[in-house]
Amino acid sequence: MILIGELSLWVALLMAAWSMTVSYAGGASRRLDLVDSGVRGLYATFAMVLLASIGLWTALLSRDFSLEYVAGHISASMPSAYVFTAFWSGQAGSMLFWALILSMYGTIAIATSRARNQELVPWATGTLSAILLFFIATTVFKANPFIRLPFTPLDGRGMNPQLQNPGMAFHPPNLYLGYVATAIPFAFAIAALFAKRLDAEWLGVVRRWALLSWFFLTIGIVLGMWWAYVELGWGGYWAWDPVENSSFLPWLTTTAFLHSIMIQEKRGMLRKWNVVLVVVSFLLAIFGTFITRSGVIESVHSFAQSPVGPWFATFFVLSTGISIYLVGIRLRDLEAKAELESMVSREAAFLYNNLVLCGIAFAVLWGTVFPLLSEWAGKSKITVGPPFFNAVNIPLGLLLLALTGIGPLIAWRKASVSNLRRQFAMPAWTGVAVGVALFAAGMRNVSALIAYVLCGFVAGTIIQEFYKGIRARQAIHGESVITGFVHLVARNRRRYGGYIVHAGIVMLFAAFAGLAFRSEHDISLKAGESFTTNDPYGHSWRFVSQGVSFYNRVDRDVVAVGLEAFRDGKRLGIITSEKRQYVDAQRNPLFNPITEVGIRTTSKLDTYIVLAGIRDREVAELRVTFNPLVVWVWAGGVLMVIGGVIVMWPQAERRRQQGGYAAVMPPAQPADELPVPV
Amino acid sequence: MKPRTKFLIGGGLVLGLAGYLMASSIKETGVYYLTPGELATKIQADPTFANSGVKVGARVVPGSIRRDPGGKQYSFQVTDGSKTMPVVYRGIAPDTFTDSVDVVVAGRMGTDGTFHATELLAKCASRYENAPDKYKETPGYKAGARRA
Repeated sequence: MILIGELSLWVALLMAAWSMTVSYAGGASRRLDLVDSGVRGLYATFAMVLLASIGLWTALLSRDFSLEYVAGHISASMPSAYVFTAFWSGQAGSMLFWALILSMYGTIAIATSRARNQELVPWATGTLSAILLFFIATTVFKANPFIRLPFTPLDGRGMNPQLQNPGMAFHPPNLYLGYVATAIPFAFAIAALFAKRLDAEWLGVVRRWALLSWFFLTIGIVLGMWWAYVELGWGGYWAWDPVENSSFLPWLTTTAFLHSIMIQEKRGMLRKWNVVLVVVSFLLAIFGTFITRSGVIESVHSFAQSPVGPWFATFFVLSTGISIYLVGIRLRDLEAKAELESMVSREAAFLYNNLVLCGIAFAVLWGTVFPLLSEWAGKSKITVGPPFFNAVNIPLGLLLLALTGIGPLIAWRKASVSNLRRQFAMPAWTGVAVGVALFAAGMRNVSALIAYVLCGFVAGTIIQEFYKGIRARQAIHGESVITGFVHLVARNRRRYGGYIVHAGIVMLFAAFAGLAFRSEHDISLKAGESFTTNDPYGHSWRFVSQGVSFYNRVDRDVVAVGLEAFRDGKRLGIITSEKRQYVDAQRNPLFNPITEVGIRTTSKLDTYIVLAGIRDREVAELRVTFNPLVVWVWAGGVLMVIGGVIVMWPQAERRRQQGGYAAVMPPAQPADELPVPV
Repeated sequence: MKPRTKFLIGGGLVLGLAGYLMASSIKETGVYYLTPGELATKIQADPTFANSGVKVGARVVPGSIRRDPGGKQYSFQVTDGSKTMPVVYRGIAPDTFTDSVDVVVAGRMGTDGTFHATELLAKCASRYENAPDKYKETPGYKAGARRA
C-alpha cells in the first residue's frame, strides 16, 4: 500500500499536468472532447492523491519507521489518534494534505457546477490543475513523505507533547481547509476573466466556496487561539506573530468579499473590486504559506526552514503576475452597472466596511513584512510588535464594529430620516446605556468604553432585528416565539445566519476590550505561604500554596504546585499547575519540559496560573494572571461557526427567491428597475 | 457634491487614518533587530545607540546558562558565530529556553557590556519539526539526534 501510494503521487503529477494542458487547450479551441478529458484528468488526480494519502496513513498507522517522515513524527507508543493526525504535522505530510484537499475541492466544485457554468469549466479546471501541479510537484521533488531512511530505526522521534492536544489535532486541518478553499473562487475568477464571462454566472460558485473558506479559517484561527491559551502558558491567545497574521490575512479579505458580493448581487456595483478580493485572498493564502514555510520572517513558531521556500516564492510571483495581467485586460468589461446614490445608504456602509477590512489587512501585512522591507530599504532590520498592531487595529476595529451595526439596517440606495430613526433609535440608546452604566461602575479606559458602547449598539441592532422578525411571524402566522424564531432563521438563512455571526463578533470585541484590564503578578511561595491581591473587578483574592510535589508517570516526570484560592474570603478550590518532562521508555527526556497551566474559568474572569520554576525544591515561582472575559472569545467563536453553518446550509431551490438576499444573481438590469428591499 | 465624491473623501479619511496610525506607531514602536555583531558595530560608531531598546537574535552558548539562586534572574551568553555577548534576563523563561536554542532578547545594552533583557523568546528547532538541514551540519546536532 505504501509503495502504491508513492507511485500514485507520480501518476498524480502526470495527471495534473495533463489536465492543465488539455483544459486550457480545450478552453481556447472550444473543443468539448478536450474539456471532458481535462475534467476527467482532474478527477483522476484526486483519485491518485487520495491513494497516495492512504499510502501515507497506512505507513503511519503500521508504524513503518523505515520512512523518514514516519520515524520523524511518531513513536511506537503514541496513541493512534495522534498518529493519524501526524499526517499533517510535518512539512511533507502537510503539502500532501494540501494537495488532497485541493483535488477534492476541485472535483466537487467542477462536478457540481459543470452543468451551470459550461463556459467557465475548462478554464477553472485548467487553473485548479495548475495549482495542483505546483503542490504535487513540490511534494514529489522537495518534500516527499515517502523518502526512506538508509536504515530502519527501532522507534520514531514521536510528536511534541504540546501538539498532542485536541486543539492542535484540529487546528491545522481546519486552517488548511480554509486556506485551500480560497483556490476555488480564485480558479473561477481566473476562468471568468479568461472566458470573458464576468456577469452573474461565476458569482454563485464563488460565494459558496468563499463562505466555506471563511468558515474553516474561522474555526482554525479560534482553535489556534484556544490551543495557545491553554497549552503555551504565556497568558494570552494572540501575539501578532507572523504565522498567526498569515492566517488572519485571507480571513480579512474573504470577510470583505462576503460583504461586497452582496453589493454586486443587488446593485451591480464593485465588480472589479470583487474580482480583486477573490484573487488577493488566494494570493495571501499562498503568501502566508510561503512566509511560514520559508523562514524569511522571524517567528516564534518554528516550522522547518526547508527548500520549498523558493518554489512558493516563484509560484506566488507567477500567480500574481498572471492575475494582474488578466484583470488588466478585462478592466473595461468590469465597469460598474450602477452608481453610488447616497453616502447614507447600505452600499456606502458596505463600502466602508470593505475599506476598513482591507485597511486592517494592509496594516497587518505591512507590520508582518516590515522587518524584510526595512532590511531591503538598506537599513538595519526593524521589527514591530504587538504595540504597532494594537495602535493601528484598535481604532480601525472599533470603526468596523460600528459598521457591523449600521450596515445591515440602513436602507439601500438612500436612507431616509425616518428609516434611520426607526432602525437606530433603540440600538443607539442601548449603547449609551451600556456606556453610562460602565462609567458609573468606575470604568475609565477610553478605548474599552467606546468598545462596550459599540457592542451595546450592535447587540441592540441584532436583537431588534430578531424581535421585529419574530413579531411579524407571530402576527401573520400566529406562531409562538420559539417556532417563530426557528422559522425566521430557517426561511432567511443568509440574513439571520449573518446576524448570528455578528453576535459572535460582538462577543469577541467585548472579550478583546476586557484585555485592557488584565493584570499579572509574579510570585514566589513556599508551602503554607500565601499571596493576596485584587482582581480587575475589585474582589480580593488570596492564594495559599499547598507545597511542591514531585511524581513520575509512565511517560512523564511531573512537578506540581496547588494553590488554594479564596475570593473575598470564600474558598473556591485548588488550582493546580504543572511542569512536565515527557520521557521515553528508558526515561530519557523527550523534547523540552512543558507547562500545564492551571486555569479557573468563570463568565467574568479567568484565573490563570503558570508554574515558572522551582527553587531549592520547595519554593514555587508562579505567575498569576487575571484575564477578564476570556471565555467570551470561545463563545463568540462558537457562535460565528454556528452562524456560518446556518448561512451555508443548502436551501431548497424554490425557496431561494424569497431569501434575505437573492441567492441567484438577477440578470443585469438598469438600476432604477431593481426592487428596493425594505 | 456627488455621492461618489463624498464617498471618496470619506474613504480617503479612513485610509489616511490608517496610514497615519501605521506611520506614527512604526516610529514609536519599531525596534532594531540585530545580531550581537551588528549591535557592537552600531554602538562603536555611536555610543548613544546603547540607550535605545533593541532586539537581538542569536544562539545560546551551550553551558552558559546560570540561574540566579535568589530569584528569577538568568545570565547566559549568546553568539552569532562571530561575536559573543553576555545577557542578563529577569523574568520567566519559556519552556524552550535551553542550551543551543535560537533566542530573541529584547532590552538594552548596559555600560558594562552586558545586555539587559526584559523579554526573552526562545525557539526550538525541533519544536514542531525535525531540525532544518542547515543545523544538521552544526557539531552536536548528530549526537542530539541520535539520543532523541
